[in-house]
Amino acid sequence: MLSIQNLSVSYGPRRVLSDVSLEVNPGEVLALIGPNGAGKSTLVRAISGVIPVEKGKITNNGKEHLPMDINTLPPIKRARALAVVPQAASMPPAFTVWETVLMGRTPYLNFLGQVSTKDEEIARQALQKVDALSLAERRVGELSGGEQQRVLLARALAQSTPILLLDEPTSNLDLHYQVSFMETVSILAHQDNLAVLVAMHDLNLAARYADRVALLVEGEIKATGTPEQVLTAELISTAYHLTVQVIQHPYADVPLVLPGKK
Amino acid sequence: MKLRPYLYTLLFLLLAVILSIAIGSVFIPPADLGRILIGWMDGATFPEPLKTFAFILTDIRLPRTVLVLLTGAALGSSGAAYQGLFRNPLADPYLIGVASGAGLGAVLAMSIQWPYTFWGLLAVPGAAFIGALLTVFLVYIMARVGKTVPTTNLILAGVAFGSFATALTTYLMLRSTGELHRAIAWLSGGFSQAGWSPVLTVLPYLAAGLGILLLSGHALNLLQFGDEQAQQMGLAVTRTRTIILLAASLATAAAVAFSGIIGFIGLIVPHIMRLWFGADYRHLLPLSLIGGAGALLLADVIARSVMAPQELPVGIITALVGAPFFLWVLRRSKNQGYW
Repeated sequence: MLSIQNLSVSYGPRRVLSDVSLEVNPGEVLALIGPNGAGKSTLVRAISGVIPVEKGKITNNGKEHLPMDINTLPPIKRARALAVVPQAASMPPAFTVWETVLMGRTPYLNFLGQVSTKDEEIARQALQKVDALSLAERRVGELSGGEQQRVLLARALAQSTPILLLDEPTSNLDLHYQVSFMETVSILAHQDNLAVLVAMHDLNLAARYADRVALLVEGEIKATGTPEQVLTAELISTAYHLTVQVIQHPYADVPLVLPGKK
Repeated sequence: MKLRPYLYTLLFLLLAVILSIAIGSVFIPPADLGRILIGWMDGATFPEPLKTFAFILTDIRLPRTVLVLLTGAALGSSGAAYQGLFRNPLADPYLIGVASGAGLGAVLAMSIQWPYTFWGLLAVPGAAFIGALLTVFLVYIMARVGKTVPTTNLILAGVAFGSFATALTTYLMLRSTGELHRAIAWLSGGFSQAGWSPVLTVLPYLAAGLGILLLSGHALNLLQFGDEQAQQMGLAVTRTRTIILLAASLATAAAVAFSGIIGFIGLIVPHIMRLWFGADYRHLLPLSLIGGAGALLLADVIARSVMAPQELPVGIITALVGAPFFLWVLRRSKNQGYW
């Protein structure tokens, strides 16, 4: 279980996150929604240790402690606890998909990066899980945006972590890839018992594929709960400064958010 | 395991070594080279002209060949490392000013008139190392925008610092008196001050620098994803970057301290290796090391031959080939492609 307690982050004098507390259980997808600039990416980056945390506690399972000072936990140990699919990530185009996914094994390799057959097997499984095994020999630069995103997910899966963080993974994808990507994430979370935190913009995609939703506005968590509990006309209208209607999805048991007056 | 690229580059190096030993003011036929080698193993004494050839070989050609080889190895592999560290295809010890900074350090040390002892000689690469580090630090600070180092900034800052360091170097050399011959010999490509002592003094620096670089392949691969992703994959980014930067600068400084400022080897060789054999730094570093050694040996043979018996500074040859290549890479890197 990923547990975040009273996490605060500031950029200089500006406080970007204040007292954020969240829990993500194994086997669950938690969608982190909120307007631009609410601090979604900052939260993901703070948890992954690439920006300094002002105060607060990040723990895994309640036992393995991730202290707030990133310097006290070496990156290699953190990378065994949580893997990240970063936002609009640049990948070196010259590496092959296979080389890229194998680099996900870094936390288990020596400094020379020598891989064992076990590492190769895990990388192969990771590619299979995201349905990208056929891309293995291709160069990353030749892939479409949707394929690249799958490769990044496979690389994160190859890290074999109990926790997965995704930062707006579908924002550059077309409708088909958005849906199939989130479907894959949801299946993996439930099958492999992963705790998945995914920051995203598309409220209806969140409603469809997240088990729970957390609403982040101006650095504070305004609501957490099932999609029905969080995606209400009142909460969303206030958060986004926009009148919205929430109706029942025609066939799935989830809410549907529509902008505009009735 | 990819063996073929290593086979090709090693063959190229071997060819360059043979040419470098055979060609010079006195041409030693390859057949005689073989006879001398066999004779050495038997401990036999040689009749003339083999006796003269053997002397030329041990006291002139071989030390020079080894020094050029080491210099080329240092420039090739540190060029590859700089390109990886800055994530910039145009980084090169010469173009980013590090070589000139090292040169300034070396000439400063020479102008203080350290004696020609082992420790005195050892101090020259040490001072070059400090000069190289200062330059790389300043260039990086000046060129950085946020977390990236744009090509134009890097090259402009490198050229500015390089010119500044070169100007100071020239001034120091013109006003120095006693050590002038040493500095001038150094400026002209340095190899003419051969003998085995430069080789011996440069070795510890190079062994340390190149040793670390050869271990850095996986880390450089990770750094190609950017600092954040590299750290999220488990790399201690700041520490690793610093170590690789120190090692590359140490190798560059050691090369510059005894060979003068030689441009473009560190640019051309890693590029050709990347084109032919792929972007994996675990192979790119050793291949650039071997290829750099071969390429500089070849350049040195040409520099010795075209106006024989007069020698051209080897930097002229590398620049004549390298500058057009640089322009080609500049155009090419606009459309990305393989980088």
